[in-house]
Amino acid sequence: MTTPADTGSRLNGRDLTLAYEQRVISQNLAVSIPDNSFTVIVGPNACGKSTLLRALSRTLKPAHGHVHLDGQVIGSYPAKEVARRLGLLPQTSIAPDGIGVADLVARGRFPHQGFLRQWSAQDEAVVAEAMDATGVTALADRSVDELSGGQRQRVWLAMVLAQQTPLLLLDEPTTYLDIAHQMDMLDLCADLHAERGYTLVAVLHDLNHACRYASHLIVMKEGAIVAEGDPAKVVTAELVEEVFGLPVRIIPDPETGTPMIVPVDRRGAAR
Amino acid sequence: MSKTLAPPRPTPTGRATPRGALAVRLFGERISLLVRPRTVAVCLALVLVGVLALAVTVTVGDYEISLAAVPGAILGYGERLDVFFVQGVRLPRALTAIGVGAALGIAGSVFQSLSRNALGSPDIIGFTSGAATGAVLVILVLGAGRLAVSLGAIAGGLLTAAIVYLLAMKNGVQGYRLVLVGIGVSAMLGSVRDYLLTRAELTDALGAQIWMIGSLNSRGWAEVAAVWISLAVLAPVLLALGRRLRFMELGDDTAQGLGVPIRSTQIWALAAASALTGAAIAVAGPIGFVALAAPQIARRLTRTGGTTLVGSALTGATLLVVADLVALRALAPTQLPVGVVTAVIGGSYLIWLLYTEWRGVRA
Ligand SMILES: Nc1ncnc2c1ncn2[C@@H]1O[C@H](COP(=O)(O)OP(=O)(O)O)[C@@H](O)[C@H]1O
Ligand SMILES: [Mg+2]
Repeated sequence: MTTPADTGSRLNGRDLTLAYEQRVISQNLAVSIPDNSFTVIVGPNACGKSTLLRALSRTLKPAHGHVHLDGQVIGSYPAKEVARRLGLLPQTSIAPDGIGVADLVARGRFPHQGFLRQWSAQDEAVVAEAMDATGVTALADRSVDELSGGQRQRVWLAMVLAQQTPLLLLDEPTTYLDIAHQMDMLDLCADLHAERGYTLVAVLHDLNHACRYASHLIVMKEGAIVAEGDPAKVVTAELVEEVFGLPVRIIPDPETGTPMIVPVDRRGAAR
Repeated sequence: MSKTLAPPRPTPTGRATPRGALAVRLFGERISLLVRPRTVAVCLALVLVGVLALAVTVTVGDYEISLAAVPGAILGYGERLDVFFVQGVRLPRALTAIGVGAALGIAGSVFQSLSRNALGSPDIIGFTSGAATGAVLVILVLGAGRLAVSLGAIAGGLLTAAIVYLLAMKNGVQGYRLVLVGIGVSAMLGSVRDYLLTRAELTDALGAQIWMIGSLNSRGWAEVAAVWISLAVLAPVLLALGRRLRFMELGDDTAQGLGVPIRSTQIWALAAASALTGAAIAVAGPIGFVALAAPQIARRLTRTGGTTLVGSALTGATLLVVADLVALRALAPTQLPVGVVTAVIGGSYLIWLLYTEWRGVRA
């Protein structure tokens, strides 16, 4: 159990069965997150992307098989130890009524704190850095309730950054944001990946964003991984049609040269 | 890791400390805490009001005692009647009120935090109703004395809590499900009680009815000991879990992601809070609304986002000792059961809470 299944992957799982009670979502799933990658998971609604992310972050215990983190079964670590290595931004989080921004970001320090050490100078410095990196320093004294969706999402990201984990799992960090804020959030993630050395795993809805930002793409359908790798090599019109049931054309993104998916205009055919 | 996150420019010191809080670091950082002056001030004020109410309860009444005579009377010196009223009647009554109020305040706060719902108090989720049914069964069917009634209440409460918890559980417990199932089970138990009461002898039925309102009349040192020993054992357990509970308010996945062991925290907190509620109800009957209102009042007074267990305990204690004073003096010489007063205070509060929140949503 102590030899990592894949070299070059701190986080991986093999032969996974993921289920909610009797309801099996994924079977015989093998996944490994390449170190230092910006991995993006895409797939249709309800295909099991969040479920996979939950298994990778040990919030869901696999019905069969194990997820390994740094060569050991993830469930065998003390809870706080995992939280010092791997940060999770779930699809939904709840901000308690009236909680302040700095207060929420400071919650990210939990895995580093103890009974007597609840707010060290280091905690304070790291929280300041995390707020700075996400551009929420000016909001520090505001209530989370009164922020816009984009601001709120950055506050949650700051909280996870304050955890100081080399691995970050983000479940749909751009949902509910307008296009400008989506790009802000993705640029921020790209910076974290390129400049600060994070290994990122993000679930994204927009295929074009996924192709532009991912260094490693995982395409899922009905609980299974149907393709993975460099988006430029993986993404084809056939694949997209097979997975999403949508006929598309693929052209190079005029900005980055990465694949850009353009749905085929079906209106003429329908008439 | 801290190197990779080095800030590109110096951040102003203190920016990162949550608003309204002070960083306190002692012994070269071996101890570091966040202290909220407002919370400290609110707690001190609550203690002050509670102590004042205690002093009034002990000294004022049909038989007045001067404050100066109280310390002696506690120790058994001074006039016979002074000693009798202080030692035998008023002090144990007030200490029971404080202990029961604190127990209900903490337990209510834990239940609300676990269910992430302001209505998730033992009153609503069926615990109180289960305890009342247990007690009524003992009174009407066994016709037993106060100790047996207390044990019946505890058994009924714990059993009902376990049933509600199991019925509400599906991939862990969702707050609203706990509340809905609790309301359903409470309603069923209520009809069982009503049925039992219609079949009972009049005096038994009256005794059961009075017990169900909750009262501090003629509570002695046995009750003081019962509730304070329960507090001494269970409150530290809950206070130790308090930090984790505050993190669990962020949602199960987020809390787990931060390294909070949510299942064990849920189970321990639920067990300890249920036991504390059981002790409070065993001693004073199902005094309504303290567990519901105290945590909500505390969090609005301290203005912390989230649960404050110490604040809830102090608010509950103060609320109950003040309510008991009102119950004693408002219609003197008639004594009201304290449950009537807390229901009026708590009920008005609940309406106000809902009113302002609904208005807040529309605004
Ligand atoms: N807590 C849960 N209990 C039962 N079923 C669930 C739960 N969460 C998700 N599911 C089901 O699992 C499937 C996959 O869900 P999810 O992983 O959230 O999909 P995605 O993130 O790809 O949209 C869906 O059919 C969903 O209904
Ligand atoms: Mg999802």
